[in-house]
Amino acid sequence: MIYFDNSATTKPYPEALKTYMTVSESYFANPSSIHRLGGEVEKLISTARNQIAGLLRVNPGEVVFTSGGTEANNLAIKGIAIEHQTRGKHLISTEIEHASCYESFRQLEHLGFDITFLPVDRNGHVSIQDLRNAIRHDSILVSVMHVNNEIGTIQPVEEIGQFLKKHPKIFFHVDHVQGIGKVPLQYVQSGVDLCSFSSHKFHGPKGVGILYIRNGVTLSPLLHGGSQEFKHRAGTENIPGIIAMAKALRLTMEKSKKEMDGLLRLNRLLRSKLVEIEGVVLNTPEKQSAPHIINFSVPGIKPEVLIHSLEERDVFVSTKSACSSKSTEVSRVLEATGYELKRASSAIRISLSFDNTMNEGERFIAILEDILNNLTKVMRY
Amino acid sequence: MSAIYLDHAATSPTREEVVEAMVPYFTTQYGNPSSIHQFGRNTRQALDEARRVIASSINANFKEIIFTSGGTESDNMAIIGTALALQEKGKHIITSKVEHHAVLHAVQYLEENGFEVSYLSADEEGRIDPQQVEDAIRDDTILVTIMYGNNEVGTLQPIEEIGKITSEKKVLFHTDAVQAYGSVSIDVKHLGIDLLSVSAHKINGPKGNGFLYVREGLWLEPRAFGGEQERKRRAGTENVPGIMGMKKAVELIQEEKIGRHEQLLNMKKRMLEIFDGEGIEYILNGSINLSLPHVLNVSFPGTNVEAMLVNLDLAGIAASSGSACTAGSIEPSHVLAAMFDDHERMTSAIRFSFGHGNTMEEIEQAAKETVRIVNRLTSM
Repeated sequence: MIYFDNSATTKPYPEALKTYMTVSESYFANPSSIHRLGGEVEKLISTARNQIAGLLRVNPGEVVFTSGGTEANNLAIKGIAIEHQTRGKHLISTEIEHASCYESFRQLEHLGFDITFLPVDRNGHVSIQDLRNAIRHDSILVSVMHVNNEIGTIQPVEEIGQFLKKHPKIFFHVDHVQGIGKVPLQYVQSGVDLCSFSSHKFHGPKGVGILYIRNGVTLSPLLHGGSQEFKHRAGTENIPGIIAMAKALRLTMEKSKKEMDGLLRLNRLLRSKLVEIEGVVLNTPEKQSAPHIINFSVPGIKPEVLIHSLEERDVFVSTKSACSSKSTEVSRVLEATGYELKRASSAIRISLSFDNTMNEGERFIAILEDILNNLTKVMRY
Repeated sequence: MSAIYLDHAATSPTREEVVEAMVPYFTTQYGNPSSIHQFGRNTRQALDEARRVIASSINANFKEIIFTSGGTESDNMAIIGTALALQEKGKHIITSKVEHHAVLHAVQYLEENGFEVSYLSADEEGRIDPQQVEDAIRDDTILVTIMYGNNEVGTLQPIEEIGKITSEKKVLFHTDAVQAYGSVSIDVKHLGIDLLSVSAHKINGPKGNGFLYVREGLWLEPRAFGGEQERKRRAGTENVPGIMGMKKAVELIQEEKIGRHEQLLNMKKRMLEIFDGEGIEYILNGSINLSLPHVLNVSFPGTNVEAMLVNLDLAGIAASSGSACTAGSIEPSHVLAAMFDDHERMTSAIRFSFGHGNTMEEIEQAAKETVRIVNRLTSM
């Protein structure tokens, strides 16, 4: 089996799973309880928080646990907009954000906010100049994803952050869900105020995520109730999930140091072989893109057909974002890059993890060539 | 000395069977249910099956179940989602003074945003009079939210009567059943419930999971935007292992339903029997009959809650003051304050809550230990 769909979700590390099970069975108490069992769990969470803060190089008090990336993005965007709307109702984002950001902005639009969605170039990059032009006296938030989930483009987050330092009243949110562990980002130096992470994208359990909230940033909570997570997020903490996520993040960061070369080699292998296949065009730019995502099109071949043929050979890839893969429309991201319909509607995404091998890469290419040979004979339209 | 855990209302141990049911969804069936390949389709099918099992446990249809990250999210979604969806019709909401903070803080948030909220008072046992509900309903009332069973004192609310009233008056009825689900049988159709919240970790399921029952035909304004999961009501990749664990916990409850209620009630009765037999002074907070079988709240006059909890903890007994979410700060409980005006009774109240894994021997041991501590503290 070749699993090349790691941007949709990843297989949890066995170590993270073991942690999950141990914590579930031995540390089940409610950390808000004042008895010893509650105290032990409280300590466990605070150790995990310190560990995660250390890995991200932020303060433990800035790490807020959520139910995942979607909640983290929703909390950041709506939390800032609602809390600071008296100062202004203009928000800036891009045309290629993940649905959890994009739809949050759409909702805020209905609530009377004014949103500027910055355009991207053919490679999927936003320009600082466009951002500069978009800023108004009533702008309160800029939200830009770090690594695009469909085509892997890396946005100039550091540059944007530096530029925004001239506008200290504007909050800066970064959706780092696809970037973590794959493309380093210095949150503090880059002036990031809020940053979202999802555990199941880095081999941790589903149902857990993180929102980094810089010290001093206030936002309106989405969930009201108990005073957990520094009052940013009510609800009994998903303790095994949090502890297992901390473990998965540590392992991912270690792999990121030791195994990045291998991932880059696999990336280069796939890219170089893909361009040699007749009819295949690469959508992921060569420069300023993440090492784990390669998006390509085979214009004229329906991506669903290709995906199912690959699946019959035990190879798993995807069309676009899993979250919107049910709808048949063309990818919003590829549309934004300005590709013609034939190319934008035939895109396939390969997404890698550190555990994928060169051998899998070679086999993938051989299988793909074989399938395309057969398909182009019968299906080209 | 192994600890005796009598704090199941705060959270409960995850059963081994539950963890086992989750494992395959970590190791082999780890796909994203929205993916169109086989990994995705397999987990999608598993989710559908879980939805069916969970729906049938409350006599609901499988389309009526939304998976959430827990009780707090279910309550927030039900209340804020309904309010925002129906605000054109009216902006008045009815609740009670004894709700969990996940409900109270959600309605307070709405109050800050232009809604009007009526807080019904409870009697000395913590019960709401259904007549009060009927009297409080106005033309612009859109929602009544009254909990099923109280988390601090266990008192059951007259859900069926309230359901009749809200059905007649065409007002939506939400109930926070986080403490009740699993301890009592619930039939949403028979009871006229429109929205019902449940949390998995209170029923020996995994933390970070819950569900909201939403009667078919109702639309809630979603709180989490993004993908089209949960029929566009709750975006975010589904916590598949968690949901499968919750399904297992629900199945275990269904299998063990008979006998469980009686067993828990016997534990409560046995504890009180020992208090009576040893002749210590105590006051029961709540009701003995119209109550959740697993929650026992008692005040020990002459003691205070901090001293009691510290001593119980030293003796290896995990109990609590009020709801765990407020227990970190020992402020007088808003639930007890709504029930009676007696400072000493309020500041000497302890909650014991029973559940899976507790034995009668443990209960007896804990009761006797409690008696010793009370005697020691009151003789000082």
